[in-house]
Amino acid sequence: MEYLLDKVEIVVIGAGHAGIEAALASAKLGCKTILLTMSLDQIANMPCNPSIGGTAKGHLVREIDALGGEMGKAADENMLQSRILNRGKGPAVHSPRAQIDRNQYHVYMKNILETQKNLYIKQDEAVEIRLNKNTIAGVLTKLGAFIQTDAVIICCGTYLNSKIFVGQSSYFGGPDGSPSSGQFSQSLKNLNLKLRRFKTGTPARVNRRSIDFGKLEVQNGDDRITPFSFSNQKQLKNKIQCFIAYTNSKTHDIIKQNLKKSPLYSGFIEGIGPRYCPSIEDKIVRFADKPRHQLFIEPIGLQTQEMYLQGMSSSLPEDVQIDFLRTIKGLENVEIMRSAYAIEYDCLDPLELYPTLEHKKIRGLYGAGQFNGTSGYEEAAAQGLIAGINAARKIKGKAEFVLPRSSSYIGTLIDDLVTKGCTEPYRIMTARSEYRLLLRQDNADQRLTPLGFEIGLVNKEQYDKFMQKKQKISQEKSRIFKVIIKPSDDLNKEFISQGISRLNQPQKMGDLLKRPGVGYSVLEQYDQNMPDIPTDIKEQVEIDLKYEGYIKKQQQKVEAMRKLETKKLPPDIDYSAINELRLEAREKLNVVRPINLGQALRISGVNPADVAVLSIWLKRRGGANDK
Amino acid sequence: MEKCIAAVATPIAPSGIAVIRLSGIDSIKIASKIFRPVKKNLEMLNGYTAAYGHIVEKEEIIDDGVALVFRAPNSYTGEDTVEISCHGGILIIEKVLELCYANGASPAQNGEFTKRAFLNNKMNLTQAEAVMDLINAQSVVALKAANAAKSGALYKKIDNICKNMVEIDGHIQAWLDYPDEDIDLVDSKNVAQELGMLKIELEKILKNYRLGNLVKSGVKTVIVGKPNVGKSTITNLLSGREKSIVTDISGTTRDIVESEIQIGGLAFILFDTAGIREAQDAVEKIGIERAKDKLEEADLILFIADGSQNIDKTELEFLRKHDKIPKICVLNKEDLGILGQKINVSDFSCVVKTSCKKPDTIENLKQKMLELMKLNSFDCSAPLIFNERQKIAIKKAVEDLQGAINAIENGLTWDAICVSIEDAIDDLLELTGEISSERVIDEVFSKFCVGK
Repeated sequence: MEYLLDKVEIVVIGAGHAGIEAALASAKLGCKTILLTMSLDQIANMPCNPSIGGTAKGHLVREIDALGGEMGKAADENMLQSRILNRGKGPAVHSPRAQIDRNQYHVYMKNILETQKNLYIKQDEAVEIRLNKNTIAGVLTKLGAFIQTDAVIICCGTYLNSKIFVGQSSYFGGPDGSPSSGQFSQSLKNLNLKLRRFKTGTPARVNRRSIDFGKLEVQNGDDRITPFSFSNQKQLKNKIQCFIAYTNSKTHDIIKQNLKKSPLYSGFIEGIGPRYCPSIEDKIVRFADKPRHQLFIEPIGLQTQEMYLQGMSSSLPEDVQIDFLRTIKGLENVEIMRSAYAIEYDCLDPLELYPTLEHKKIRGLYGAGQFNGTSGYEEAAAQGLIAGINAARKIKGKAEFVLPRSSSYIGTLIDDLVTKGCTEPYRIMTARSEYRLLLRQDNADQRLTPLGFEIGLVNKEQYDKFMQKKQKISQEKSRIFKVIIKPSDDLNKEFISQGISRLNQPQKMGDLLKRPGVGYSVLEQYDQNMPDIPTDIKEQVEIDLKYEGYIKKQQQKVEAMRKLETKKLPPDIDYSAINELRLEAREKLNVVRPINLGQALRISGVNPADVAVLSIWLKRRGGANDK
Repeated sequence: MEKCIAAVATPIAPSGIAVIRLSGIDSIKIASKIFRPVKKNLEMLNGYTAAYGHIVEKEEIIDDGVALVFRAPNSYTGEDTVEISCHGGILIIEKVLELCYANGASPAQNGEFTKRAFLNNKMNLTQAEAVMDLINAQSVVALKAANAAKSGALYKKIDNICKNMVEIDGHIQAWLDYPDEDIDLVDSKNVAQELGMLKIELEKILKNYRLGNLVKSGVKTVIVGKPNVGKSTITNLLSGREKSIVTDISGTTRDIVESEIQIGGLAFILFDTAGIREAQDAVEKIGIERAKDKLEEADLILFIADGSQNIDKTELEFLRKHDKIPKICVLNKEDLGILGQKINVSDFSCVVKTSCKKPDTIENLKQKMLELMKLNSFDCSAPLIFNERQKIAIKKAVEDLQGAINAIENGLTWDAICVSIEDAIDDLLELTGEISSERVIDEVFSKFCVGK
């Protein structure tokens, strides 16, 4: 029996990492929001690795935080160990990564949602989306509630029609024993959404007491922890250690002998898996010459003995999993608590979305996270935030919020999705950005906090703090060009010991800082009037000076692209009617429907000549409108 | 106004006068660096004013001509524009364009001047479609040229270098994006060395740039054959000079005799070589070795045979090594009657019969030589522009590689080094329209075992 629930403005389907950010953003921006989840006990679940961050993913978390999202704060609050990856390889690729207490993270996020004004959480399953012509009318739940709404944000993760594979056993179901959502998938197909089938996997969890830690390498966190959140005030501390183990020829032999039992190799799985996240059987087949593969053993929380085996995802039968794990030094007596499995699920072709993450054909329908073909908690959260912001802004009659590629990894990720689409689950990487030196994790606040404040997600306090920091940076930048450092025996001794060429003449401190290897750590003792300034400000000054040339070069690229991006393309263009475009370009443009000339140029199959034709077409159309 | 672009506005062919047009920001300033008017500086001139002067590179005068200055919005494009009229030799056109690009102009895209004219309201609405058609038509031409180039040896070479760069960058990226995986450490010395080698390869291409070579230094034409088949006679007839000594005694030409001729505006350097046979003495032996060496650098081979005699298979054997070089089989002594030679026509681009006594047969040979070279590498219309872009792209890649090497030597970090390597990849990929990040990411996943 159906009954009518109170009307809301936004329904968010799914309370994973995307759904949380989407719901919080829309509620904070003043929209009455319902968050539907199949289980209240799985809010903010981490069904795969118990960690947040990593290369480029850490950047995303910092960006989410700078815009006023929740993930960074939650990660800091519940972290077990933290490291900056890639130290010494350059500021653009420094990435924070933290082990997270999985259960505590869930508890924390659930509480945040529960206490958010305008936000209502309901344990129920969406089964149908109803339209009024091409506009969202409402959502029907399994229990028969019909929720009238202006917008729906689908953040259903890997639950759509999901099927789990462990060896020859397979069943319909989601991660961690939860059900699969088949009816909802069918409802989306009925709306003519283009769904595809993707595949991913996760390794086994084992009991801590069954591991011989004496045989493993230890991996510790950083001494001084860099938090994810710019507003973090606490001194964060490492609480656990992680461990490294290695596979060997015996492990590989067992896997090779049992390959035919893997549903991946026997053809039962049809979904497309990610190249960057190969199962151990994939690694052994594809990289046959590697004598060993590395695995990380990571605690899942402080109140559990479960340990996660990063690097060992598999879809082989349970008995084979036990056999091959027990060939590994340190895991000879390992007890599996949850088996590794592969999961296949329906997801949307993101080419059907605008950069606002709204569907091109259904007004008020948004998608975020794995539903859009990505993989990863951070990628999901980033999209959830943007979908939430846009859904709310549209309802409030405000302009759309699209981050250009040059502003952020969030913008890069979404642009990749809606412009190029994806043929496998999409993971963010630093290699995906052409503006890497501009998009650093350390300057995410400078790039995005003003925007977050303007939208209304960053509060005045956080914004004022940011403005103070900005002022301090510019003060320090002008100060160091007034300070003269004179050569001295002590200074040169130190320079030479660090492989820096000697200082022969007095030089401005600012100019000296431009030299590779020369930092505040060496110079500040020779600056009599050195004020007491925080390390993050010194870091900004140093990076800005040292990479000045590169930063300028990248900014020129940004400028060239910005010109094209200011030329908007109306959404209702019929590209097939523009005869002067090449046929391939017409087809691609009709599918992608770019919002501006810059995006058009990034579509594969659209060349600069086509964009030139479009710019003339735009002008002609503009001229016609003038009359 | 948009950035300054430059291109030749008249057809690129040997002609009396050629016009090179610069348009956009700083176009007058850039033109003033390469064009010295006899009186005022170009930058002082008003719109619609012409000045006579010299085209100069540093202080050296390249040519003389006239520069016309247009000031925005009163020009074809609606932007500041300079039109330099110079002499119409291909060499000169190429040189002037090179100077424009070296001083800050970019090569104009197809139809770009007209596009700018439209966008700056210099054309009415009805002309818009014509402009779009024009751009489209030209992009088809460019595409054809690109496709033609793709099958060429030069493209393959560049593509190979590009692949090497992607491989290096892919390794660094895998190492940066997957710091926890056991990926081989990136060694800065190795990378610098490998990049240095690729840079040298690119520089070689620039140096040996085929079209440039042909136009600038002429088609290297090596004349070979058995002794006493008439190589020197044909050389002399082609050049119209008695440079090689002609006798009835076989083995007269012992060293390589060089002469230059012009056929239809294209220069050919003729190398008359010693007849190839078992040498009779040490001096002749050296001559024969030199003849064989010369074949290595030939752009064109004229294989001369005595048409009145049967061709010995051994005569052809040494040519087999050079199957990529266009070859003309010249059957000489046609007046003595042609025998039924067993020539495998497919070994040659064409077969020409000549007689020293009939000048028109020599004229025919000249035409065949010109046709063959045009066909193979030399088209007077679009490709020169296309190739000019190619050259700029390669030059930029060389600069960016140098930037990467400098960054490594100065101890900069890998994120910055990668930016320069990727710029270099982008420079080369511009020729095929691919995007470097896609190639690099594919490389990461195909070569490295990364992931959870």
